[in-house]
Amino acid sequence: MTRRGPQGLLISPIRHGTVIDHITAGQALNVLRILGITGTTAEEVSVATNVASGRVGRKDIVKIENRELRKEEVDRIALLAPSATINIIREFEVIEKKGVEHPRELLGVVRCPNPGCITNTAEPARSRFIVVSNGLRCHYCDWLISKEIAEHIL
Amino acid sequence: MRHIISVRDLERREIDGLLDRAGEIEARRFDPDLLAGRILGLFFFEPSTRTRMSFESAMARLGGVSLSMGSVEASSVAKGETLADTIRVVSGYVDAIVLRHPREGAARLASEFASVPVINAGDGAGQHPSQTLLDLYTIRQSMPLDGLRVGLLGDLRYGRTTHSLAIALSLYKAEIAAIAPKGLELPSGIIHELAGRGTVVSEYTAVEEVIDDLDVLYVTRIQRERFPDVASYLDVASSYRITPDLVRCAQPHMIVLHPLPRMDEIDPGVDALPNAKYFEQAHHGVSVRMAMLSEVMG
Ligand SMILES: Nc1ncnc2c1ncn2[C@@H]1O[C@H](COP(=O)(O)OP(=O)(O)O)[C@@H](O)[C@H]1O
Ligand SMILES: [Mg+2]
Ligand SMILES: [Zn+2]
Repeated sequence: MTRRGPQGLLISPIRHGTVIDHITAGQALNVLRILGITGTTAEEVSVATNVASGRVGRKDIVKIENRELRKEEVDRIALLAPSATINIIREFEVIEKKGVEHPRELLGVVRCPNPGCITNTAEPARSRFIVVSNGLRCHYCDWLISKEIAEHIL
Repeated sequence: MRHIISVRDLERREIDGLLDRAGEIEARRFDPDLLAGRILGLFFFEPSTRTRMSFESAMARLGGVSLSMGSVEASSVAKGETLADTIRVVSGYVDAIVLRHPREGAARLASEFASVPVINAGDGAGQHPSQTLLDLYTIRQSMPLDGLRVGLLGDLRYGRTTHSLAIALSLYKAEIAAIAPKGLELPSGIIHELAGRGTVVSEYTAVEEVIDDLDVLYVTRIQRERFPDVASYLDVASSYRITPDLVRCAQPHMIVLHPLPRMDEIDPGVDALPNAKYFEQAHHGVSVRMAMLSEVMG
């Protein structure tokens, strides 16, 4: 059997790692932030934004070399890019493909926008948000983040 | 361990259970030594005479003893101790903690560090479940809680008492009429949350539009600080004033509630009408808090 080369690739293929496809256009950098991947972490990352795609019009794609994302990491993405698909790559092949599911809660991912919240003090309280139908609710102060979730990422 | 932190945590049967127990207590069917030998710790990081006294009274009536933290300035908090550490330490001194704190979420945090039950007696602009329970209790004294049409009046944007009450009422299939001046409307997040809980909210800017259709009118303060100048405040305040004539337009069974203290929102002429229940509401505070204390320590 011959290995089908990945088609329409804008960036070079990776041997091992994760491809996050069908990201809501414009959200790729936020997806990286919510995954805790920044310029100072070790991963080799490539990003394509505003790529034409039949399924979602325009989309972003993120490829992370040598890292297979865990389920709870992947699910954080659902908040920013509910139609994203996660492709785990080994030896250049997609060996696993999955959608993202809304997590039940987010621990240590977003900062509570309520300045009066106990989590915005010196208290040993880790940010904890419950995912509700219209956004994220602070476990401590009940504050609701209903839009621009990415702006509150820690 | 049983904590009472937010009405969002409570299921209908739990609320019913607490209200039933408060009813038993008010009918003098309770053991006055139920909490004998127990110690309640009152930690008020913010002044509140009434809530503190009603918890002290409730504890005394159940045979227990209360200890107060005293002023914040005199405590180790002034030395910069975290609430988490304070709570860990005092958990060894008392059998339950009643906490009032200026920060939202403080009670939830305290419950995570306490080794005894925590009751939230108000956290900043956040939750104050004992107020909500006594609001529900007062309504239930006049009529069954199911399917009521409840008008919330006043500053619905910042007034979280009304938010907690509406959330609790959604467990009883209430319909909510949100009556607020421009700029102080019920936040859309709450409206959406209520919708998710099966409760329809209709919005009004004038109480006259809806008063004849209500079972309960819950009046709250409109604070002067929310307005740019005194004139615009007075303008709004006068149109949100409940007068005897207005109450006469309502159905005879409609009751008027207010968490107190009231300022000018309710004309003193209303006090003598059978519809006025706000002083009774305040009196139920002790029975409801006795029910809460026996729930967490009994
Ligand atoms: N070895 C690889 N390196 C980088 N990207 C890859 C690799 N293999 C597949 N991809 C990308 O992963 C995504 C999913 O791949 P595939 O399952 O082949 O396509 P599709 O989901 O479009 O049917 C596509 O964006 C594809 O370009
Ligand atoms: Mg494709
Ligand atoms: Zn918060």
